[in-house]
Amino acid sequence: MTILHETRPTVATAVVEIEHDGRWKPVCGYADLLPGRGVAVLLGAEQVALFRDRAGLLYAVGNTDPFSGSAVISRGIMGSRGAAPVVASPMYKQAFDLRTGECLDEAATPDGSPARLGVWPVRVVS
Amino acid sequence: MVKKDLVLIGHGMVGQRFLEAFLAQDGAAWDWRVTVLAEEPRPAYDRVHLTSWFSGTSAEELSLCPASFIDEHGIDLRLGDPAVAVDRDRRTVTTRSGQLLPYDALVLATGSYPFVPPVPGHDARGCHVYRTIEDLAGIKEAAATARVGAVVGGGLLGLEAAGALRAMELETHVVEFAPRLMAIQVDDGGGAVLRRKIEELGVIVHTGAGTQAVDVDDDGAVRTMQLSDGTELAADLVVFSAGVRPRDQLARDCGLSVGERGGITVDERCRTSDPHIWAIGECAQAADGRVYGLVGPGYAMAEAAALDLTGGAGSFTGGDTSTKLKLLGVDVASFGDAHGTTHGALDVLYTDSRAGVYKKLVIGADGALLGGVLVGDADAYSVLRPLAASGAELPAPPEQLLLPASVGAPGAGALPDEAVVCSCHNVSKAAIRAAVGEQGCTSVPEVKKCTKAGTGCGSCVKLMTGIVEEELAASGVEVARGICEHFTRTRAELYEIIRAKGITSFSRVLDEHGTGEGCDLCKPVVASILASLGSTYVLDGEQAGLQDTNDHFLANLQRNGSYSVVPRIPGGEITPDGLITIGRIARDFGLYTKITGGQRIDMFGASVDQLPLIWQRLVDAGFESGHAYGKALRTVKSCVGQTWCRYGVQDSVALAIELELRYRGLRSPHKLKAAVSGCARECAEAQSKDFGVIATAEGWNLYVGGNGGMTPRHADLLAADLDRESLIRTIDRFLMFYIRTADRLERTAPWIERLEGGLDHLRSVVLDDSLGICDDLDELMARHVGTYQDEWATTLADPDRVRRFVSFVNAPGVPDPTVRFVSERDQIRPARPAEGGRTLAPALVAGPELEVRTR
Repeated sequence: MTILHETRPTVATAVVEIEHDGRWKPVCGYADLLPGRGVAVLLGAEQVALFRDRAGLLYAVGNTDPFSGSAVISRGIMGSRGAAPVVASPMYKQAFDLRTGECLDEAATPDGSPARLGVWPVRVVS
Repeated sequence: MVKKDLVLIGHGMVGQRFLEAFLAQDGAAWDWRVTVLAEEPRPAYDRVHLTSWFSGTSAEELSLCPASFIDEHGIDLRLGDPAVAVDRDRRTVTTRSGQLLPYDALVLATGSYPFVPPVPGHDARGCHVYRTIEDLAGIKEAAATARVGAVVGGGLLGLEAAGALRAMELETHVVEFAPRLMAIQVDDGGGAVLRRKIEELGVIVHTGAGTQAVDVDDDGAVRTMQLSDGTELAADLVVFSAGVRPRDQLARDCGLSVGERGGITVDERCRTSDPHIWAIGECAQAADGRVYGLVGPGYAMAEAAALDLTGGAGSFTGGDTSTKLKLLGVDVASFGDAHGTTHGALDVLYTDSRAGVYKKLVIGADGALLGGVLVGDADAYSVLRPLAASGAELPAPPEQLLLPASVGAPGAGALPDEAVVCSCHNVSKAAIRAAVGEQGCTSVPEVKKCTKAGTGCGSCVKLMTGIVEEELAASGVEVARGICEHFTRTRAELYEIIRAKGITSFSRVLDEHGTGEGCDLCKPVVASILASLGSTYVLDGEQAGLQDTNDHFLANLQRNGSYSVVPRIPGGEITPDGLITIGRIARDFGLYTKITGGQRIDMFGASVDQLPLIWQRLVDAGFESGHAYGKALRTVKSCVGQTWCRYGVQDSVALAIELELRYRGLRSPHKLKAAVSGCARECAEAQSKDFGVIATAEGWNLYVGGNGGMTPRHADLLAADLDRESLIRTIDRFLMFYIRTADRLERTAPWIERLEGGLDHLRSVVLDDSLGICDDLDELMARHVGTYQDEWATTLADPDRVRRFVSFVNAPGVPDPTVRFVSERDQIRPARPAEGGRTLAPALVAGPELEVRTR
């Protein structure tokens, strides 16, 4: 579901947009994002974790960690597991596939709900 | 049921092992009443490591027999009351105090006595032997006023004694009758290399020289020694360590059969010529006609006798006299037919006189390895000894076996199954493999517990580790030594690579030595290595992306996504104004406060947005980051010390503050905790810390490798009575050596346990610079101390960095609405899921929204 920008933006003024309720909403400057790190975005009542990887690709997933219930996914460390780009929750360290939101360590949380983050389309506009 | 009486004469290492083995047998404790007669004033202790008493190991630490062992088994242990006679007809033993003890079974473990050549003056004042703790105490006392020490005997004990005299700053001579040092273990070539190394340490060696007389002065004290080569030594302290003789007098007196050259003769089950009497250890002549002076064969005899007494089938038909030891920092090992006495045996030799390495292998006519001598580098011993003992075909050409392991010498795989890996406990390679393959052990500590291998002298642990890893790999359990899927290297290897290549970025480490994009395991490791090598600001450039959330926000993440804040309070000393400042800040931001175990104050419940505001006030008041969030030095806890305490002997607070300020911000493989106690009462609990310092009347004792938590470990005494400068230098090196070689998230306690050569090795590295790296370690620490900066002050000075402290990138200043608190005991706590609660107030107007009473 995640839409990646096609060319690497070079303009310092490039803006990142996330699609929410059928509309593209600008959330921050591309330059505000540190490679390999995430930030949290507040969209209405929803929280999104937005990441930029070393190569410049962007991912947007839900910010709430299903295992702890805390909104902390954006503060996790990015990396890769095999071919999958992942973020590790800073709370109990489960890894989530940034493309699908799926947890790669456990299928369900201890209370039985699926261990999965939502995913949002994200793009960069110059 | 009437219990039978077992009397054990002698409570040395072998006697103690006998008790352990005997009482481990089913029913032994029910059937037998056990009485132990000991000559010395203390229970069994570790005589192998006796010399460590000089460097601070206490008699208690050397003890092999905890009081609980005696109590638990109801043993009647009589210290200082040796046996003086045995009446075999009546089956009684008479003790020195005149008691008469009946026995149904008598076990003799009387050990041996030091041989003192019967030269004139051999018993003069100033002459000593080297056998018991009391002997050493006597030597230490005499050394305080002596100037020149002479050791008679250049064997293992003699060289250890020489090292001890040297350490007590005596001019030290070793007088050896044979043409070389350690004549029994090594050959001429090895002896020459060893001699050079010993002389480098300042010991004067006389070989091929006998002691002819000890001359005394008018007061009857030792003055000079006459040697057979005409030398006259002006020595005022003499230590005889010219070998030992079996203590078999008691046996002779009661008519037991004794060997021609001494030693009570026993059969393979350690029975003497009397069916009610057994003899074990150095006092016995074993079934193969030899008297063994090593602890390994002694233990094997103890076990054989214990089994025989309880109806089992134990036997001892001969032991391995192979030895590996570190003498004054020099590795010496010999094994099998070290002197090539087998018919048709040939030598393969490797010497490097410059490096002080000598290695010889003895190869039989059929090409099998028979034995060898290793001096200066004995790493290969753990593989070569069992290989020689098994008589198996060589896995590689012999010359290759002599090369250092890094050049491709064979590992554990080369050994046949029947090879004995642990000779202390007679554990074969097959038994270790079975512990993994059949009993399900998955780690070296588990295998140790299961087989006892590696729990004796410890010299086989490295080899054992190799076998365990191979076996795990073979059974499909992956033994990845690397940090994670992105790096096949260990943390220590990455450290060396990064240091050698001068790498300063994760990208370069990953591109040149890793795969993929990294992860939450390897990124913080590399960040920590870069920080400990460069002491740069941890959030600089790319490094910001590598840090755990705690390091990224310089605060500690708590369960609901809020953070806690801990300012540094060095040594736990804080002014009333400092306390008031912290109290005001906590009150103004509505934070929960708690005193930590490390003598400081933790403030909980801060949002990301609040962190810079809180820290601006702390920094303005003179506080610095406490690094509670980092794998770094946490605190140096202290007791109040001499300044106030009636019992204190040194100013523990001042030292704790100095140490905490010196090492603050030092990034390491795991957190570091420390403490300083002002006297032996140890109120700062220094022995449970990574490094702990305890004041003595003469200076400071340094303990390392302690731990509390889940697997508590008492710290080991690294060095005693240090002055301030040597103390700090030693801690500097200890920390940097740990940082350089430890694994990811490996505290100092398991690191020391794992360190090959253990505490002795650590001591030789940081005190004697045996690896020649101390200059490097000192320089790294100097760089750390010189470039330290308070991370919070640096962060606050840069508006771009402060901008990162927002809960939401698109709504700065809005706190996370899901972080909610309720009141409990007049403070906040995180709300539970059903509780609702209140969110934090917007960061800029901190305070009153939350109804928390302040007092």
